Amino acid sequence: MISNQAKKEIDFWVTKYPEGRQSSAVMQALTIVQNENNGSLTGDLMQEIADHLQMPAISVQEVATFYENYNHKPVGKHIIRFCHNISCMLNGSDDLISYLEEKLQVKTGEISKDGLVSVKKVECLGACVGGPMCQIGDQYYEHLTPSKLDNILDDLK
Amino acid sequence: MNEVCFKNLDKENPASFATYESTGGYKIWRKILNGEMSPEDILAELKASGLRGRGGAGFPTGLKWSFMPRNQEGQKYVVCNSDEGEPGTCHDRDILRYNPHSVIEGMAIAGYVMNASVGYNYIRGEFMEPYYRFEEALKEAYDAGLLGKGIQGSSVSFDLYNHLGAGAYICGEETALLESLEGKKGQPRFKPPFPANVGLYGKPTTINNTETFASVPEILLRGGKWFANLGVENSGGTKCFSVTGNVKNPANFEVPMGTPFAKLLELAGGLKEGRVLKAVIPGGSSTPLLTADTAMNMTMDYDSIANAGSMLGAGSVIIMDDSTCMVKTLTRLAHFYYDESCGQCTPCREGTGWLYRMLQRILDGNGKNEDLDLLLSVGEKIGGNTICALGDAAATPVESFIRHFRPEFEYYIKHGKSMVEVNV
Ligand SMILES: Cc1cc2nc3c(=O)[nH]c(=O)nc-3n(C[C@H](O)[C@H](O)[C@H](O)COP(=O)(O)O)c2cc1C
Ligand code: SF4
Ligand code: FES
Repeated sequence: MISNQAKKEIDFWVTKYPEGRQSSAVMQALTIVQNENNGSLTGDLMQEIADHLQMPAISVQEVATFYENYNHKPVGKHIIRFCHNISCMLNGSDDLISYLEEKLQVKTGEISKDGLVSVKKVECLGACVGGPMCQIGDQYYEHLTPSKLDNILDDLK
Repeated sequence: MNEVCFKNLDKENPASFATYESTGGYKIWRKILNGEMSPEDILAELKASGLRGRGGAGFPTGLKWSFMPRNQEGQKYVVCNSDEGEPGTCHDRDILRYNPHSVIEGMAIAGYVMNASVGYNYIRGEFMEPYYRFEEALKEAYDAGLLGKGIQGSSVSFDLYNHLGAGAYICGEETALLESLEGKKGQPRFKPPFPANVGLYGKPTTINNTETFASVPEILLRGGKWFANLGVENSGGTKCFSVTGNVKNPANFEVPMGTPFAKLLELAGGLKEGRVLKAVIPGGSSTPLLTADTAMNMTMDYDSIANAGSMLGAGSVIIMDDSTCMVKTLTRLAHFYYDESCGQCTPCREGTGWLYRMLQRILDGNGKNEDLDLLLSVGEKIGGNTICALGDAAATPVESFIRHFRPEFEYYIKHGKSMVEVNV
């Protein structure tokens, strides 16, 4: 079920677009709903979004499967999104990703046993001068080293 | 350095309204609201400035704005492309974080010139810090009475909203961005019709890059000629470059167009101890790779980089030293385009998959001699046969990497391993 709070947030986004163009808010609606559902979406939730925005459920699903940031399977409480594109790679992202996999005993694309984190390799996040870098939640972590990563992981609860 | 988009970078609270105003911010906008500047005046300055779109294609901005049917009745839109996804590029993020008001003022001015009363800033979904910063700036601008309807009693209206993406490189392509803004899959549209005639919600729309908009207020403040003279012929003004890869201090720099590449490399701290420059991608991953010698002789402007055989693109300078394995680097880029193809054109959808899988096979030690020619021919078949430029962009690195470093690819195929010793 989508909470009333989430519906209010979605309605705020709807006000940005012209009358009758509320489907423009679908991407943000999916993000808001995903955030309150432990980071992933379900068919029922997408149906609810469709009803709320008065658009066909299939259109919501099309959007939800096109964009990278929507998840359709359970994810860890925190998703570590590690950039492995060119600028980060040239500064050692691959070694750090291996370090992370080793330390968390988790492969990219999977969830750690305690459910705390999942690790994803992603394409350029637009912070290349800070590479190697990763994103956790809203936050970017740049110029990463193994010890910096250790500290970041220690702070995740 | 740092004269236009980054001019407040060294100030305390560079992003704040007060800082922006203290250096001439919103002066032009207030002049417009007072009826002291006509759309024609502004277009003339923009044309004189030589400002070309900073999103990659380099189309003259003044000319683009003049294509809008400003006297046509009905809603028109101004859209800012803050989707910044080209690998190696990250200066728009800094503009959004440290100089958001220049983008707001630039978009408002654009709205006035093109008679468009609504604007959207499409920010990539991962840019949450820039988004919050920009929301704050928008609130400041509204609170100061500089945005809205019938602003300060004038006949000018401009409402500006942020929109967030959700992870798709293709949404940086302007018509895919419009689809996405309409709440659909980000798949590019056929052109024509061009957005200036049929854009957002079917209405006339102009899309510019973040840096393009951010440059406009300063150009009008100091004059088109001043801006043009900062740069060189055909490349007016300054440009923000992201210098990344194998340098000591990767960073963003705003320097005059025409700055020698060697100078830019030096600004980024130069190469690491004992390393030798091997290759450079001057404009982001979609632009052709250049060898060290060629790069060291070029200057950073449209014409010089074109003469060197590449493109200024998005101003993303990726530096590779002699520890870089070209096979691995190209495979990573091929993976990117394969991942990001929107899938609507067969040559791009299938071709990017072929390119990636063949390169991965070589990287895994299972390459065959004929693979290199096959790679080139697959690339050729994509180029020019697709709806948008992502197809060409995917073929570009393949062609240029193999052309300049063929022996390295042949060695890898023959020995099943890289000829580069220190191999990232
Ligand atoms: C695949 C692809 C990705 C693009 N990504 C971006 C981008 O992230 N940011 C951007 O400003 N332009 C991007 N562009 C260019 C836009 O389509 C468009 O030309 C630009 O936003 C126009 O603004 P300008 O005239 O100010 O450069 C991309 C183009 C293609 C084909
Ligand atoms: S070229 Fe590729 S990304 Fe562009 S429209 Fe065609 S399939 Fe989509
Ligand atoms: S290449 Fe990693 S953030 Fe751009």
